Parts: sequence; structure tokens; C-alpha cells
Amino acid sequence: MIEFKLPSLGSDMDEGTLLEWKVQPGERVTRGQVIAVVDTAKAAVDVECWQEGEVFELLIELGTKIPVGTPMVSLLEPGERPENVQHTAPSPAQPVPQAPDVMKGAPVLAAATRPRISPAARKRAAELGLDAGTLSGSGPHGVVSLEDVEAAAAAAPPVDRYALMRQAIAAAMSRSKREIPHYYLGETIAVGKLMAWLQAHNAELPPEQRLLPAVALLKAVALALREYPQFNGFWQGGTLHPAPGIHLGVAISLRQGGLIAPALHDVDDKPLPRLMSEFSDLVQRARSGSLRSSELSDAGLTVTQLGEQGVDSVFGVIYPPQVALVGFGAIAERPWVEDGQLCVRPVVVASLAADHRASDGHQGARFLAAIRRLLQEPESL
Amino acid sequence: MDATEIRRQVLEELQRIAPEVEADLLRGDRPLRNEVDLDSMDWLRLLGALHKRLGVNIPEADYQRLDSLDAIVEYLGTRC
Repeated sequence: MIEFKLPSLGSDMDEGTLLEWKVQPGERVTRGQVIAVVDTAKAAVDVECWQEGEVFELLIELGTKIPVGTPMVSLLEPGERPENVQHTAPSPAQPVPQAPDVMKGAPVLAAATRPRISPAARKRAAELGLDAGTLSGSGPHGVVSLEDVEAAAAAAPPVDRYALMRQAIAAAMSRSKREIPHYYLGETIAVGKLMAWLQAHNAELPPEQRLLPAVALLKAVALALREYPQFNGFWQGGTLHPAPGIHLGVAISLRQGGLIAPALHDVDDKPLPRLMSEFSDLVQRARSGSLRSSELSDAGLTVTQLGEQGVDSVFGVIYPPQVALVGFGAIAERPWVEDGQLCVRPVVVASLAADHRASDGHQGARFLAAIRRLLQEPESL
Repeated sequence: MDATEIRRQVLEELQRIAPEVEADLLRGDRPLRNEVDLDSMDWLRLLGALHKRLGVNIPEADYQRLDSLDAIVEYLGTRC
């Protein structure tokens, strides 16, 4: 029996409210399949399951707020028979939901104190963002009815998503500045070749297929990380844990305010057109509040591009437990010296904010130099 | 297609990308980037939507001319 737990949703979100199940008992799940949707301060998150098996039991009621790490689903491993599991239950006569592994730990406490609530009322509470566990019921034996939910919703102040997101950002950024000894490096990089290459590439293409400089910058960072893996990972338990792949967090500002930095996966392996379409899709989903759990937890380094309004440079705050953040300002034409001649070139300031526990400035300088070198060969990106 | 109709369609696509835009309050003669919080991804999406809807493929080389809603409407008016 496998217990699938609510996975990490990034360091600034430690709980979620179950909105919807995408699987039912008896259904087979494959790696990466979305099994549920949970609501968080920043987005509704599709929870992906990274284990294979057959759904045995759903352990959480809709509308319940659960911390990261709470068992959500029990799965039968391939070849495992449900009879074996029932056999170990305290009373074989009991129906299915009494599997022994569910009887331990926090969720049971939640279950024991949970008010009785009608399924319709529970569903409605989840839709309204109310924690079903906090509602009081007026029905027989204190059962929470649909009317109780509507009344509670009317009485409660509306959920202020922006305030929730501010709190989440405040917690993560305070932790970063409290725990991470940042050092900062910046380098101005000439990007004339890159811009000319992009212009030629885009000239014949319809808008849907054009590339933004942003994806070329992301790809250069990803390729540089292959050479400097000490900037791609997580600082946990006093040591650096390298990230299992080159997944870049991309900082995306949201229209209602706030920001989110979901991961683009395997950036180093993907050609630019594919990265562009995935980046575009990620921005749209981040802004419409629909992301996947892996996108919230997989990034080993975050990139922020803050040049849209014209700022020259950004020295960012590392998103813990990551150990580095790369920032790019606006790409703008500036005076530049090349072969002893003064000329005008498009340039961009690349910056690195890095965790001094995990790396030193010398390595950081070499990492930025690798990004510079890669940007001089745009056709190889 | 007359300018009023083009303007309506451009605004509709713009609102799809930036739902906070209020058509009545948007000044057509001012720089669009100041009137509406658009980044380069939003801009590309707007051009993609206009390409699909009106069949006009606006090349990168013309971006600079299209700095206001009025300029976009006029540009499209001569091409669709």
C-alpha cells in the first residue's frame, strides 16, 4: 500500500484546501497524472501523483484544509490485492474505508473532530473557500446543511486573495533575508548578435511563432547551469542538494498584484520554439490561477526579468530553499566599446544573487561569464 | 471594415488579455504601454489574436509605429 501525500507547493505555501478529486477508488493512476485540485493562496493547483497504482481510498474530504505532507490517497501497488489490505484491518467485517495505515497521524485527528456535513454542503463550502472543519451546524445532531454554509459565507468577510498572496510572499522573502547570506554580482552583456539573430528569425513568422528575447536568456542560464551546478539546487539541512534537472523558476507578475515563480522544466534540453510555447502557456496559466504541483516545487534556480518598464538591473531575493537567482534588466541600446571603438549596442545587465553558504563570488563570476559567452552564440541556444 | 468596428474588436482582444481595461477610460492617443500594463508577452498575444481575427500579420519591424490604440486602429484600417 502506498500513501500518497500532498506534495510540496513551494516554500511559501504550506497548506491547501481540497477543491476537487480527479480520480475515484478503483481507478489506475500513472506517473504525473493529476489526481486532485487544491486551492492555495496563489493558485488552484493540480496535484500530480508520481507513483503508480490503483486508487484504494480517498482519505480527505472535499473542502478540508490540509498541510503539505498529509496523506491524501492510498494506492494499491501494481500486483497488490485489496483483499490483503482489508485482511489486516482491525475488523474484517468493516467496509473498505478502515484501512489501518489511515488510522495513524494527523488526518485522523482532523477526521475525529470533523463536523458532520452533508455532501452538498461540503461541496459548496469548498467552492466558497470555507474550511468545512470550522462550520457549525444547525441540522439534527449538529449536521452542517447547505443553508449553514451559505449563512457562514454571507457572514464571513470575502477571501482577499491579494492579502493571502502578500502574506505568502512576505513569509518566503522574510525567511530568505533572515536565513540566506546573499552576495550579489552584476555584469553588462552586449547582446547585439542575439537581437539580430532573433530579428531575422522572427521576420518571416506570424506573431504566434515569434520568439521573445526572454526565452533565449532563460536557455542561456540553463546551459550555464550545466557547467555550474552549484547554483541549481536546494539548501537543506546544512548542505546543498543538487536539483535533479535544470528546471528554472520564472518570476511572473500577476495582474491583480503579487507574483509567482513556477518552474519551466528541462530548459537546457528544449529548443527555443518549444520553450517559447511552454513559457507562454505557463504565463497564461499562472495569471489565470491554474498551475501544477510540480511547477511550484521543482525549480532549482529562479530567473527574474524585470526590464519591461525600462529598469536597467534587478538584484533579487533568493526564493528559499533555492541557492541563487538570476536577474535581467531591460535590453536597451547603450554606448559600448568594441575593439577600441566606441559604438552603440543593445546591452542587458545580468545579475546574480547567490547564497554564500552554497557558493563563492569567484564561481558566481564564472557562472555569469558563461551566460555572457552563451549569449554571444545565439544560433547554438 | 470601418474604424469603429476595428476599434471594438481590438478592444475586445485587449480586454481578453488585460481584463481590467475599461474601454471608456482608455485614451486612444496616448502610449498604449502607459495606458495598459502590457508586457512583451501580452503584446505578442494581442498581435496573435489580431492576426487570427482580422488576418493581418503585423511584423516586428512595425511595432514601433503602433504605440497607441489610435495608431493600431489606423494601421489595421489600411490592411483589412
